Amino acid sequence: MWDNPKNLLSRQDIENLQTELLRENIDYAFSNVKFYKEKFSKIGINKSSINSIEDIQKLPFTTKEDFRDNYPFGLFAVPMKNIVRIHASSGTTGKPTVVGYTKKDIDTWSDLVARVARSASVTDEDIVHIAFGYGLFTGGFGLHYGLEKLGAAIVPASSGNTKRQIMLIKDYGATVLVCTPSYAMHIAEVAKELGINPKEDLCLRVGMFGAEPWSEGLRKKLEEALGIKAYDNYGLSEAMGPGVAGECETQNGMHIYEDNFIAEIIDPDTGRPVKDGEYGELVITTLTKEALPLFRYRTRDITRLNKEKCACGSIFARMDKPIGRTDDMMIIRGVNIFPSQIEEVLFGIDGISPHYQIVINRVGALDDAVILVEANEHLFFDDMKHQRMLVDEINAELKSALGIEIKVKIVEPSSIERSIGKAKRIIDNRKI
Amino acid sequence: MDTEVYKIDQISVFIENKKGRFFSVTKVLKEAGVNIRAMSLADTVDFGILRFIVDKPKVAYDALMDKDFIARKNSVLAIAVDDECGGLSNLLGIITKEDLNVEYMYTFINALEKKAVMLFRFEDIDVAIEKLLSSDVELLNRDYIKNV
Repeated sequence: MWDNPKNLLSRQDIENLQTELLRENIDYAFSNVKFYKEKFSKIGINKSSINSIEDIQKLPFTTKEDFRDNYPFGLFAVPMKNIVRIHASSGTTGKPTVVGYTKKDIDTWSDLVARVARSASVTDEDIVHIAFGYGLFTGGFGLHYGLEKLGAAIVPASSGNTKRQIMLIKDYGATVLVCTPSYAMHIAEVAKELGINPKEDLCLRVGMFGAEPWSEGLRKKLEEALGIKAYDNYGLSEAMGPGVAGECETQNGMHIYEDNFIAEIIDPDTGRPVKDGEYGELVITTLTKEALPLFRYRTRDITRLNKEKCACGSIFARMDKPIGRTDDMMIIRGVNIFPSQIEEVLFGIDGISPHYQIVINRVGALDDAVILVEANEHLFFDDMKHQRMLVDEINAELKSALGIEIKVKIVEPSSIERSIGKAKRIIDNRKI
Repeated sequence: MDTEVYKIDQISVFIENKKGRFFSVTKVLKEAGVNIRAMSLADTVDFGILRFIVDKPKVAYDALMDKDFIARKNSVLAIAVDDECGGLSNLLGIITKEDLNVEYMYTFINALEKKAVMLFRFEDIDVAIEKLLSSDVELLNRDYIKNV
C-alpha cells in the first residue's frame, strides 16, 4: 500500500517521533519567532516541558487573529531571503492570512500531497486535470507540485470555461480530476448537455476533491456520474495547504499525516481535549515546517478522529469530513469568506453598516450567493443611472475583497428578517 | 426672478420588484389622504423606482418614511406641449439645442385641454429653468400644477 513506509508506523513510533519533533520545534520557534518567544516565555514553556505527547496541552493555542496581528510576515521563522513562495487565504477582516514557504517546505508539501494522491491510488501513469484556481489559494499549486513529484502528467487547466475544460479532459485523456466536488458535479452536468457521456467518453477513474464540505450523497452521485472513485482530502493554508489529510482506498475518513502534524480535538468552549472519537474543534500543530512553524492552531473546523487501525494497514488517525465551523466562515465556490469581510465593504461604501444578509443557494451543482442589502437614504437614488452605478461599485468592491463574484441586491428597508432585533446574516439553503 | 416656482416637488420611492409592493405604496398614500397627480415606474429585474407628483408632497414623504419605505424628495419641471403631431418633437428639439441633459421624463395625462404636460428631470435643474425660460417653451409653475 501507498509505497511509503512512514504510513505504516506504529502508534508508539508516531508518538515518539511527534514528541521529539515537537521539542525541537519549540526550540526552533523560540529562537526564530519573536511572537512565540514572548508567548512561551510568559508561561515558562521550553523544550524540556515536553516529555510525552500529552504535554502538548501545556502550549497555548494559536489563532487566525495571531496571523492578523502579525500581518504579513511576523510569524515567519526565516528571513525573506529563504522564502520562495507566498500564499494567502481569507482573513476575518481586511488583510488576508499570509503564509510562506522555504524551498524545503515546498519539498515537504509536495511529498505530502504526493502521499495524499498515492493513497487515492494515483500513480505516475496518470494524466491529472487540475481545475483548481492557480493563485494565492493553496489548492492549485499545492496539488500541482505534489502530483508533479509523484510523476503524473499534469494538465494545469485552472478554473473557468467549463466547456473547454471538458474538451481538454476528453482530448488529453485525463484519468484523474482535481477540483472542488461541486465543480466536478457541474462538469458532469455540462458534459451531459454537450452530449458527452462521462462514463463512456472520458477516461476519468479518480477524483481528488476538496476545498469545500461535501456529503457521502454527493460522493455517490459523482462516482456514478463520472465513473470514478471520488476521494476527499483536507488541508488549510495556515498548516500547509492541501496535504494535511487524505482518504485512502478504504474511503473511511481522511488519514492525517501524523509524521508531519499533530492533530487534537478540543471542546471549542473550554479548550480541553474531548474524549476519543467525540466531535470537537480540530487543532493542528506542524512538525516539519521551516518558514512558518505553527503550534496548536485552532482550525475552527468541527470533526472527530478515529485512531483505530484502518483496513488499508495504516494507523494514522483518520478525521471525518468536517461537519461545521465554530465561527461564521462560509465556503462559497471553494473560497473561504467571512461575513465581516462583506461588512467591511458595505461600511466603506456607505459610512454606516446597512442591514444585510447573505443568501447561498445551490443552482444545479454550483453555489450561487447573493447579498441582500437594505436600502437606506445613502443607498437610494432617484435615477437608474446612479442606482446602477452604486450597485456596480459595491459589486466591484466585493469582488476585489472576496476574490469571487457575489452580487448585491438592494432590498426594501426592514425586509430582512430579524430575530430579537438582530439580523440573521447567513441563510445557507445548500443541501450539502 | 424667482425660479423656485417652477420646481415641482416629486417623491421617488424604492420598491422591490415583487408582488404587491406597488399596491403597498399607494395604500400608504391613500391612508395619508394624498392624491396622486402623476406617476411613473422605472423598473429593472430586481427593483423599481416609483415617482409621484402629489398634492401634498411633505405629507406623502413623511407617511412613506414612517412606513419603512425609502423615499426621496426632488424637483422636476413641468412643460406643456401642444397635443398634436410634432408637439413633443418640437420640445425635445429645443432641449437638445440648449444642450440640457434629461435624466428621465414622463407624462401628466389629461392635465390641460389640447395640451399634454410632460415632467422632466434634468441633470441641472437651474440651468434648465434659465434656458427654457428664454426659449419658446411653456414652463408651468407650481401653482399651475396644483390646480390641475
